[in-house]
Amino acid sequence: MSILYDERIDGALPVVDRAALLRALAAEIPDLEILSEPDELVPYECDALSVYRTTPMLVALPKRLEQVEALLKLCYARRVPVIARGAGTGLSAGVLPLPNAVLLVMERFTQILEIDPAARRARVQPGVRNVSISKACAPFGLYFAPDPSSQIACSIGGNVAENAGGVHCLKYGLTVHNILKLEILTVEGERLTIGSEALDTPGFDLLALFTGSEGMLGIITEITVKLLPKPKVAQVLLAAFDSVEKAGRAVADIIAAGIIPSGLEMMDNPAIRAAEDFIHAGYPIDAAAILLCELDGVEVDVEEDCERARNLLQNAGASEVRQAADEAERALFWAGRKNAFPAAGRLSPDYYCMDGTIPRRALPEVLRGIGRLSDEYKLRVTNVFHAGDGNMHPLILFDANKDDELERAETLGGKILELCVKVGGTITGEHGVGREKINHMCMQFNAKELTAFHAVKAAFDPEGLLNPGKNIPTLHRCAEFGGMHVHMGKMPFPELERF
Amino acid sequence: MRSSDANHSQALIEQVKQALANRTPVRIRGGNSKAFLGRAVDGLEIDTRPHRGIVNYDPTELLITARAGTPLSELEAALDAAGQMLPFEPPLADQGATVGGMIATGLSGPRRPWVGAVRDFVLGTRVINGDGHHLRFGGEVMKNVAGYDLSRLFTASFGCLGLLTEVSIKVLPKPRHTATLALSLTPEAALTQLAEWGQRALPISAAAHDGNTLYLRLEGGEGSLKDARNRLGGDGVDSDYWSQLNARTLPFFTDPLPLWRISLPHNTPLFALPGAQFLDWGGAQRWLKSDAPADAIRAIVRTYDGSATCYTQGITDSPFAPLSAILMRYHCQLKAKLDPLGIFNPGRMYSEL
Repeated sequence: MSILYDERIDGALPVVDRAALLRALAAEIPDLEILSEPDELVPYECDALSVYRTTPMLVALPKRLEQVEALLKLCYARRVPVIARGAGTGLSAGVLPLPNAVLLVMERFTQILEIDPAARRARVQPGVRNVSISKACAPFGLYFAPDPSSQIACSIGGNVAENAGGVHCLKYGLTVHNILKLEILTVEGERLTIGSEALDTPGFDLLALFTGSEGMLGIITEITVKLLPKPKVAQVLLAAFDSVEKAGRAVADIIAAGIIPSGLEMMDNPAIRAAEDFIHAGYPIDAAAILLCELDGVEVDVEEDCERARNLLQNAGASEVRQAADEAERALFWAGRKNAFPAAGRLSPDYYCMDGTIPRRALPEVLRGIGRLSDEYKLRVTNVFHAGDGNMHPLILFDANKDDELERAETLGGKILELCVKVGGTITGEHGVGREKINHMCMQFNAKELTAFHAVKAAFDPEGLLNPGKNIPTLHRCAEFGGMHVHMGKMPFPELERF
Repeated sequence: MRSSDANHSQALIEQVKQALANRTPVRIRGGNSKAFLGRAVDGLEIDTRPHRGIVNYDPTELLITARAGTPLSELEAALDAAGQMLPFEPPLADQGATVGGMIATGLSGPRRPWVGAVRDFVLGTRVINGDGHHLRFGGEVMKNVAGYDLSRLFTASFGCLGLLTEVSIKVLPKPRHTATLALSLTPEAALTQLAEWGQRALPISAAAHDGNTLYLRLEGGEGSLKDARNRLGGDGVDSDYWSQLNARTLPFFTDPLPLWRISLPHNTPLFALPGAQFLDWGGAQRWLKSDAPADAIRAIVRTYDGSATCYTQGITDSPFAPLSAILMRYHCQLKAKLDPLGIFNPGRMYSEL
């Protein structure tokens, strides 16, 4: 079932007089750069999930807060939908444009406004790249902890909108754990401050609500982030296993022993082979699974933890445990994992990355299930896995130019997410729902829960003008999806009419 | 499983439905250990304590799920037996606090600046909403960005948005070693030192100053604690100090004047307040004993970008710091959308909610 906006089931969108809007923008905000020619709009048709594309009505590229404010007021007065976009590196079509919505691109807000090392915080504009914050803070021995794999390109505004994670979440948390305050422009163009520089703020926790809200509740114009002192040392162990079960047990044993690694990553055999062919990290290509276990902190503690982790890995049946001898080897061990996606890209013209999260104990069961689905749909799947926090990234390999391969990849992806929900997990750990997983939301939440989500949206954007159609499906969409996709013999929305 | 464990959710749903049918406000209670906090609620009492028991605890998943009425002491005992803990150190377990109350009030203890608050560890909730439906948000996994993060929104909302029935919480292993140091420093010198130490990878997990002495807690491996002790100096003292601080039984708190909690940005300098002060959270939380009017205290605190909460009931009609007009508007809209008949703890946080 198509994920593209369908007014029949996603709700009617306002009719927008494009020419009149362009005239009004030119008259009222003359210094605001607007792209409206077809060839100018092409680069903005999609985010990093490029199989889904829509041409935006027009693109606004503000440089000053006052321009954003004026644009929102003008759009609100004319009931024009607005979709905010950061660097466009998202993987869930969260900024997929609409033909009658303004695409508000925040990438020109690139100023780091203030770094206060003694208070361990920085105030930044939304277009600042994730890695730039840590680079700017490095002279003070501080850094910003969330490190999504796209960190050299993704922007902090997008990180907040998606509640981005990374490989160090288990120990250092997600974006929501690492920010203090947001400056917001509401759909009406009013300024709203949520959170504060203090550790807590009176009232409801709107900071948590806005984090990961995918541009549905307001436009982020400034972020105050927390900074952490850089750990003195980091060490990484690479362990090889002849079965996924053993690797899974090793993960549980490490956690049960009271060790919290800063990174704990698993790769299955196809992912190991792909990464090794590409990066030559020295991975054992015959292993069924490898674990990368990174420990950081104060030197003496890290040494002690490494020794304990090494014993645990060996006792869990590792066929080999290697410790990176120096910083170069540590970087090499990680390079294989960090390039798992491009490595998959060398195996196949296209790949589709899933993002389900599961309770760790269900890992062997889910990997076996993915293997069966891979056979059934005749598409190869490689698995990389944030094993510490249960977040899986199966990569489905396909060729969009071949018959029905994209369709089969989408169906296979949906089945994998269904499996994640079945074992008590979620359809998305860190990439967001966006438009991509809009149908799969119907598998995870019932109509009453979706209604509560819509109620929250309505409290901030009653007319649904911000990023229409993303994040939360309409009940009509779920009814239609449910009709096509009977789940364990039960319609998810038996109480609704079918359309 | 204990004999007292019981799934009482159906009865709670019935009570909420009855209240909705009669349009009667309800006052939600657990152990009543934090009844002093917030405004008094006039409503029919719903006691969550019969709905109790740990539903799921797997130490290797770093996760525990428990019903709202579960005594906090029972939860902590289960974690302790597996060498784990609630990292945010919720207070008042020995005063009968429940898991539901811990989440609904969101109070965190001395470790808060270093590891996070209650909300940082909440992974999922079950809630009876303003239509009397029993809903589930979030879940039992560490990372989950499907839908809005309502579990964290419900945390510290003092029961004003719905009735929490169950919660899933991330837990952490207990530190291998703990030490507490006492250093003779003026409060000004202590704050300067803390700002410098905060930029280094030191195993500090609590820092309080009583006016004469800086108390530091160190947690970590044996080696790093030894290094830190050599570097920081001071005398070793009993680590029980932190549970006394968290229970507010230290001598400072016995003063009969009203108690205020002041939350401030890191690295806020020492400033005068009309009463005795005690510094916690490395200076980001300051306790004040004062009979000065609320407005006078808040006017000073505001100039330092902080907020003041009154911890003594009956002193002010607005125990939580007032919200800006625009923030209050969105609070009211959220309340109206999630609790359209306004039955859940009306007025507990603010008279408008």
